[in-house]
Amino acid sequence: MEGNGISRRGVLRAGALGVAASTLPLVNVHGQSSGGRLALGLWDHWVPAGNDEMRRIVMDWGQKNRVEIQLDFITSVGNKNLLTIAAESQARQGHDMLSFPTWEVHAKADQLEPMDDIMGRLGEKYGALNPIVEYLAKVEGKWRAVPAISGSQNKPALGRMDLLKQHAGIDIQQMFPANANPGSAAGNWNWDTFLKAAEASHKAGFSFGLPIGQFTDATDWIGSLFRSFGAELVNGKGDITAKSDNVRKVLEYAKQLCAFLPGDVFSWDDASNNRALISGKSALIFNPPSAWAVAKRDAPQVAEQCWSFPAPAGAQGRFTPYLPYFWGVWSFSRNKGAAKALVEYLSQREQAELMVKASNGYDIPPFTSMTDFKTWETEGPPPGVVFNYPVKPHHNAQQFIACYPAPPEIAVQMYNQGIQAKMIARVVQNNETPDRAIAWAEREIEGFKRG
Amino acid sequence: MSQGTLSAPAAPAAAAPPRGGALKRLSRRNSTVAFLLTLPLILLILGLVVYPFLYAIYLSTLNRRMTRFIGWENFTFLLSRETFWNVVFQSVLFAVSAVLLKALIGFILAHVLHALPAKGQRKWRGMLLVPWVIPPAISTLAWWWLFDPSYSAFNWALMGIGVDPVPWLGQAGWARFSVILVNVWYGSPFFMIMYLAALKSVPDQLYEAAAIDGASGWQKLRYVTFPMMRNIISITVLFSLIVTFANFDIVRILTNGGPQDTTHVFATYAFQVGIQSGDIPLGASVSLFMFPLLAVFAIFTLRGVNRRSKEMA
Repeated sequence: MEGNGISRRGVLRAGALGVAASTLPLVNVHGQSSGGRLALGLWDHWVPAGNDEMRRIVMDWGQKNRVEIQLDFITSVGNKNLLTIAAESQARQGHDMLSFPTWEVHAKADQLEPMDDIMGRLGEKYGALNPIVEYLAKVEGKWRAVPAISGSQNKPALGRMDLLKQHAGIDIQQMFPANANPGSAAGNWNWDTFLKAAEASHKAGFSFGLPIGQFTDATDWIGSLFRSFGAELVNGKGDITAKSDNVRKVLEYAKQLCAFLPGDVFSWDDASNNRALISGKSALIFNPPSAWAVAKRDAPQVAEQCWSFPAPAGAQGRFTPYLPYFWGVWSFSRNKGAAKALVEYLSQREQAELMVKASNGYDIPPFTSMTDFKTWETEGPPPGVVFNYPVKPHHNAQQFIACYPAPPEIAVQMYNQGIQAKMIARVVQNNETPDRAIAWAEREIEGFKRG
Repeated sequence: MSQGTLSAPAAPAAAAPPRGGALKRLSRRNSTVAFLLTLPLILLILGLVVYPFLYAIYLSTLNRRMTRFIGWENFTFLLSRETFWNVVFQSVLFAVSAVLLKALIGFILAHVLHALPAKGQRKWRGMLLVPWVIPPAISTLAWWWLFDPSYSAFNWALMGIGVDPVPWLGQAGWARFSVILVNVWYGSPFFMIMYLAALKSVPDQLYEAAAIDGASGWQKLRYVTFPMMRNIISITVLFSLIVTFANFDIVRILTNGGPQDTTHVFATYAFQVGIQSGDIPLGASVSLFMFPLLAVFAIFTLRGVNRRSKEMA
């Protein structure tokens, strides 16, 4: 005992120091002394290279911070990401950090770690955020998730330059070129001009591909249409405000528009509009650049005539459909410090630029200051095809989520059950009067208000 | 000595038997063996049917945020909703018409197959079973391509003969027809194979006796075949009705419940309300509505089967 030179007190002291040292990284990953294991469930990107780049970024971070990473890419096909979120929230175990689709942050807010510290630092560094992410991720004054870059998308107009010029007399490239100087016609790019263009294209056999079913592409563009007419079904307080002249006007407008759309748009899913454009049958859709990216591979002659540009404006302004993802950390995560540190790392401009580049410009960062990446200028053919995909100051547009400003617990039901699309379908397919469609919507929404 | 040596251990054995013997006797009983053999299945049913069912009942009594017990409120709320009644109507229409059509087609196919010579029968039987062995999610996707709004192969063929394209999935009537058609296509082989097995078990002597009595083909079917098949028809219809009522994939893939919710069945509506719209308790309540409907039907069907079995015994 005497000979080994180690006292009992010494052993205890060393042990205590060891324990303290091993717990340090858990509370201070920022100091680059991390440890432990982190299980991530991130969105399975439509663009295959998106996953590769995300894996590289995350693994590099894990290596630098000595965090063991388990990375799963969870697809939104078949709502598998929603099922994962529902299962993990019930079981209170699973991944530490997940990608949360649009409405899920509110639904799981009480099980998500507050992110105010991260959002505060990001806000100071990168400036203003669009108000929609605040609406979707700030619950009772606290940020419950951080708006993600990967997976967040806009759905502006994606049109055929040749067809629109030839049949509708609109030069979309001149109207919204790949620079910050819009053409003179940009001021006239409104829903009336859109209707005339839809009619001309329809007559020429290239009808606009606008779905009116119960999938998100339909809900998103219709949501922006309603908003630009000032047609609000539920206000921010949760009062039903559907019985209004603006709602009647937008339904009348939609009825006129539907006369120039393919007859089967009521059954279109999120792929139908893409196919309409790629096959060369349609002159315009509302979509992220994924349709163009597929056309580049499968129908290059179509792709080189594609151009992204903002949605038309209405009496209340111009609203670009927007569908953000969020990165959230479960409150039952066993490595919250590391998870939050990774979220903050992923949200930095450098990582955002890498993700945007890898996704061919598909991903949309939440900060306006991050809409100037080179990728959007250089992607092509044609070069600059996605320059106007992110909302830029000269667009005079706002990113918008359908059913805003209804309280999210009501809005999510209106959104997923396609209330606005169904109102249009009732007016067009069932020949109901706008007032009857409004009365139906009021009854439906009344049911969504239950707590 | 040797006897003593042999008998010595026998004494404690005689004293111990009550315990070991009882266990042995228990293990030799047929009911115990049967229980042990069915135990894996019982555990499976407990874990994958009974527990989720009870958990669904529990969920259906909670509020939207799952923080408060609200009793029957979810059910009374659903009963007051126009959309829910549409779902009930569509579910009944979908299940009843699909099952009747499947039974009819299966019955006809079974008779046709039964009448074929044994050599060719196997080939046809194999081919007719194909729809049933393809995973429904995959075959439904193939159907979806056939119905596709813009590029429907059916419409292409119709246009080839000068007929206007049909909005297969875009109008309520056609969409309902389409989802039922796909379910019938998928499920008919099951009825066919069950009815074929039942047909093969009808003794030839009964037909011979009927022929001697001068029975026509229809009379043989009406008074010999049909009574002999009644139990298998009842059980097959019951089984299929349960599966069809609970169908999810066909509607989900083909129409997502549209247009205007006219093709939603309980399962797809429960998914939309529960998982997509974040109201899991309401979704659980929707899915539980199937239970009383099916339970009543199952009780009556199985009572009929029991009664007929007793009469035949």
